[in-house]
Amino acid sequence: MNEQSVICTRGLTRYFGSKPAVDNLNLEVPRGSVFAFLGRNGSGKTTTIRMLLGLLEPTRGSGTILGYDIRALPPEARARIGYLTEDHQLYGWMSVKECGEFQSRFYPRWNEKIFRGVIGHFGLKQTARVKDLSRGERAGLCLGLTLAPEPELLVLDDPALGLDPVAHRSLIESMIYLTRRSDRTIFFSSHQLADVERVADYIAVLDRSVLRVCCPLEAFRNSVRQVRLRFSGAPPPMPKIPGLLQTIRSEGELRVICAHYNGATEAALRALNPAQMEPVPLNLEDAFIGYLGERGEKSFILPETEAQP
Amino acid sequence: MSFNITISTGSNTPIYKQITDQVWLAVVTGKLAVGDQLPSVRALAEDLVVNPNTVARAYADLMRDGLIESRAGRGVFITRKRKVFTREEGWRRLEPLIDAAIGEALAMDFTHGELREAFEKKLGQWKPGKGGNRSNE
Repeated sequence: MNEQSVICTRGLTRYFGSKPAVDNLNLEVPRGSVFAFLGRNGSGKTTTIRMLLGLLEPTRGSGTILGYDIRALPPEARARIGYLTEDHQLYGWMSVKECGEFQSRFYPRWNEKIFRGVIGHFGLKQTARVKDLSRGERAGLCLGLTLAPEPELLVLDDPALGLDPVAHRSLIESMIYLTRRSDRTIFFSSHQLADVERVADYIAVLDRSVLRVCCPLEAFRNSVRQVRLRFSGAPPPMPKIPGLLQTIRSEGELRVICAHYNGATEAALRALNPAQMEPVPLNLEDAFIGYLGERGEKSFILPETEAQP
Repeated sequence: MSFNITISTGSNTPIYKQITDQVWLAVVTGKLAVGDQLPSVRALAEDLVVNPNTVARAYADLMRDGLIESRAGRGVFITRKRKVFTREEGWRRLEPLIDAAIGEALAMDFTHGELREAFEKKLGQWKPGKGGNRSNE
């Protein structure tokens, strides 16, 4: 295990009944990274996060967080982790200020300046009652409560869910601000690929309980490529090419999306004798959908050791 | 210095590349000259709301290409303008841009004559790059 990893799991598995929610997960999150944890609804992201934080017992496998065994996290480890849940649990009868006072008692390292900074950034008044807050304001309050103890590791479970554009931008700005300290790690799950593009340097993708990508964002973008092949007649049938994700066939043309694109892929495509062959740039969303689409073979993009920051 | 970088997500071009492209364009068109200062990595990252590593990556590429240099304790500066691409590569990149502009224009019923005129006029408005002199201190 790499000691630069703040999260590391080996074969982590959790069953609900006879169905695996997370299947044999090997995840490694480098210290200081902004790590996006992606996957469709129900792919096992929240289950993974709950196991990492010791809130749910794994069926099999092991894991460490900040070097501690996830099955026996001591309070001092928990104090160094900030966890923002999907559903922003708060006491409705408290004011914003009271929430801060209440939370601060649990943390020896509470930084009131950060708390005020974040809630100010989200435009919240100290005297406002929690029950009167909008979804975006609750998110801001929860983020303030999570950031004020200055956690070394921040775990955000779908923090952008249901936020309006202004609150959303505040959230992303807060995340960028956090990177001022290079030893802080942010692990967040999301469906917002625009956010991922802005803030993440690593991504992991869960697909139906199985990890299919875990690498630097840039490596993912470089690996998934789209090529257009033009033919003078009808395009030939597509042979089996390693990493082939998708083939879109139209008159005189094949559009192919491949993972692990390399010289061999190119040679295999050239062997089809196209009249013309050109790369077609893919944006992150298209690459992601191409990768998770139903037609692709199950391929893995493994972490690249040389790409460690 | 009337130079502003803007980025968009969801583009086919990764963000670091959007940054390097815009700095190159600004230098080539004279919006940035030798000696002009660029914002720090941190400042640009917070301004664009992107990961500082992305800006650092863009700056590293620009430094490798000799367009900018980092002076210890002072910041990042434009050093020189250099030929970006070989002639051949330049044409390869230029052609789709021209095709796209002409295609759109013809679709809007502009005539060839009008297009030629508009192109000449526009060309006259652009100053040739003034950052061309190498400043070897």
